[in-house]
Amino acid sequence: MSEIENVSRRRFLTRGIIAAGALVLGVRYYHKLSSGDKRPHDTNADHATLPPSVYLGIDADGTVWIVAHRSEMGTTSRTTLPLVVADELDADWKRVKIEQAIGDSRYGDQNTDGSHSVRSFYDAMREAGATARFMLIQAAAHQWSVPAPECETDLHVVVHRSTNRSAGYGELVAAAARLPIPKKEELKLKPKSAWRYVGKGQVSYDLEALVTGKAIYGMDAHVDGMAYASVEHPPVLGGKVKTYDDKEALKVAGVRQTVSIDPFQQAPGFQPLGGIAVIADNTWAAFQGRKKLNTSWDNGAHETYNSDAYKNELRATSHNPCKVVRNIGDADTAFAKGGKIHDADYYVPLLAHASMEPMVALAEFKNGKATLWAPTQNPQAVQDIVAKELGIAKEDVICHVTLLGGGFGRKSKPDYVAEAAVLSKKVGRPVKVAWTREDDIKFDYYNAVASMYMKAALGANGKPTAWLQRSVFPPIPSIFDVNTVYGDPAHLQQGWTDIPYDLPNLRIENGPAKAHVRIGWLRSVANIYHAFAIQCFTDELAHAAGRDPLDYLLDLIGEPRTIDFKGVAYPNYGASMDAYPWETGRLRRVTEMVAEKSGWGKRKHSKGTGVGIAAHRSFLTYVATVVEVEVNDQGEVRIPRVDTFLDAGLVVNPQATRAQFEGAAVFGTSIVRSGEITATKGVIDQSNFQDYPVARIGEAPYQTNVYIVDSDAPPAGVGEPGVPPFVAAFCNAIFAATGKRVRDLPITKLGLS
Amino acid sequence: MIQLKVNGVEQSFGGEPEMPLLWYLRDVLGLTGSKFGCGVGLCGACTVHVNGQAMRSCVTAMRDAAGKEVTTIEGLDKNGLHPVQRAWMEINVPQCGYCQVGQIMQAAALLNSKKKPADHEIDEAMSGNICRCGTYQRIRAAIKAAAGEMT
Repeated sequence: MSEIENVSRRRFLTRGIIAAGALVLGVRYYHKLSSGDKRPHDTNADHATLPPSVYLGIDADGTVWIVAHRSEMGTTSRTTLPLVVADELDADWKRVKIEQAIGDSRYGDQNTDGSHSVRSFYDAMREAGATARFMLIQAAAHQWSVPAPECETDLHVVVHRSTNRSAGYGELVAAAARLPIPKKEELKLKPKSAWRYVGKGQVSYDLEALVTGKAIYGMDAHVDGMAYASVEHPPVLGGKVKTYDDKEALKVAGVRQTVSIDPFQQAPGFQPLGGIAVIADNTWAAFQGRKKLNTSWDNGAHETYNSDAYKNELRATSHNPCKVVRNIGDADTAFAKGGKIHDADYYVPLLAHASMEPMVALAEFKNGKATLWAPTQNPQAVQDIVAKELGIAKEDVICHVTLLGGGFGRKSKPDYVAEAAVLSKKVGRPVKVAWTREDDIKFDYYNAVASMYMKAALGANGKPTAWLQRSVFPPIPSIFDVNTVYGDPAHLQQGWTDIPYDLPNLRIENGPAKAHVRIGWLRSVANIYHAFAIQCFTDELAHAAGRDPLDYLLDLIGEPRTIDFKGVAYPNYGASMDAYPWETGRLRRVTEMVAEKSGWGKRKHSKGTGVGIAAHRSFLTYVATVVEVEVNDQGEVRIPRVDTFLDAGLVVNPQATRAQFEGAAVFGTSIVRSGEITATKGVIDQSNFQDYPVARIGEAPYQTNVYIVDSDAPPAGVGEPGVPPFVAAFCNAIFAATGKRVRDLPITKLGLS
Repeated sequence: MIQLKVNGVEQSFGGEPEMPLLWYLRDVLGLTGSKFGCGVGLCGACTVHVNGQAMRSCVTAMRDAAGKEVTTIEGLDKNGLHPVQRAWMEINVPQCGYCQVGQIMQAAALLNSKKKPADHEIDEAMSGNICRCGTYQRIRAAIKAAAGEMT
């Protein structure tokens, strides 16, 4: 697809595309376009008068079409990336129209996960905008017979100042479209001083639609003639239908038929879970029919899974030597020398995503092709799994991406979309599958349950002379290979192998754990339990050493240096270590700055109140957080104030970034207060918000203050990095307020609420 | 046959009287602004006004909506944007936005009964509306901003 075709540019246009992350930059793709072959899912940008990039097209009326190829689930990426294009183009934001891409590899990576939309596509967006601006300037210069370098752009116009001439973009696109597309090396990017939008930001392009109910989510997708489905899944992972009786279900008004879905083969991956679907005329009828199904199950091997016993197994594993994943010096010899030994077990249970919009998808299988409308974080994964399930080519799977009613990583796993596709094929008409909240809670890809054993020997000044940490958790790759039991580098890197402390003797280990439920990515992923263990254990050591937690934390972080990962499998979130080195000085700086902003050590704390601090780097962003709590005699916890300081390199959209960190504090609040999924005999015990509560308005932090380091470093993640340090700082604050050390989440186990 | 008014328009419904109002609005009338979040009245995403009161439409049976006036987000303000919606935009409240319609309907009902709610009154009135993205501090600020605008 990437070879060069030497053909007329009127019919074939060079398409600059930059693939995600560490992939090769600047591969040129060619995409056939002519006025006669418009496909229904082409973008307006594709067919604009001037389409210099897959992400951008400009019409003769001056309308600028920008393609959002990443999913919008609340992080504002659908606005923020187009903002970069518009800035580099010098376009008037009011004349920009954003259109959502279908799943298509021509856009590069579309998996809106891992907090890397801006990081991976900042350069590609700039290139798209700069390419168009270059061509518009060339066209104007040619028209005016002046040298192109004498021309420049102002808002949506090209100007030649000495002759006082100007032309709007719309007037120039026809001429510009006849010009060759410039090479990347020819492009001149705008200097920072000329940026219009980057660093200043914008509210969501969809803001008015969001407050008027006009925004279309997956739950709102509609095609004429569609049926509604609800699926009774096997209660235990890997279970199969033994018998089922649908007589009563079919008597429910509006129920049309029932359909069985095969269980997944081997590892679950993104395959449908299987079960019995009830097909009906409306959602409610499908739900009612499902309640009348009489189904018996063969539960299979995971019927033995009980969370209490499993927790003990993880803990026992962590108390014995495990696989060494990083080693510095000789911790055992240092421990043998004695000193003050301090050790502790930390535990975080399974966590569910509980996005406000449950899983839902609409599918239409017709003439050998599948069309999907889905709130998915990963439309290309939808193409892959639907093609596989239906036995058709990936190109015959068209996945339209709706807005997402929250995602948090759950909607990167398109099992529910594949389910809709399978049902549409079986039923022979469009089918919308809506999961209930109970389905969502019981059939999630949970954040891993994790047990961490921490041990340190403290020297004369209270600093650790030796440090040992072991984590044990069922790994995410187990969804693809059930025999995978050890953590992989991509998740061990998340706050574990990259402990930021300058320690003379350090051993980091990871133990095996077999998965009995589907494990998946959840906002911040392994950073949640790793940062919880390390940052709370640090607080414990500070108290054991009689030191101020802030001073102690800074002491352990040490002098500014770049962490050397020689001999350690450290993927650095897919980014190069040259562009994104692990700089402890940046972590130190946000820690010092958040301490100052929060008035650390300067404010008086009365009985039952306290503050906690934690610092953590994840998704290449450095964050430090101070949480203040009040705990009354009944053990009720309030969070009057949170201060968080972040260094995410260049921040394109500061207001969206602040919102992400405010939200991260609330997400973290839910984890600490009440986040716990358990299983009995393989069946998930929780089902809805009464037994899987998430933070409500009065339980969330009253005020979260977010401060952003002004930085020219390359952009890093903002959606996830706020969660891990918040969780640890919150728990450290609870200790400061109550003397109760939080080692087992959630805090209900300590009698707190 | 159940008769009711939805956003000022007379409607009649001949289906199951146990059907929740939410699914009538969404699947029958095609008014998809009101959202399905939990199905049991725990999250507030489905909040509408029934005779001016905030109600969870997912647990309000059609039989109980008979003869009532139902207002959804689509009919909250016939002239464009309600002060609460304007405040929501001014404070830039939404993230994913899925719960926000329910939040706005709940907030509008609160301000109808209490012109200048204090923090604890806001927290109490809004405690049934979950926002998983965590926009609560902006919701509180937007309610205060709207309260100022509505006087």
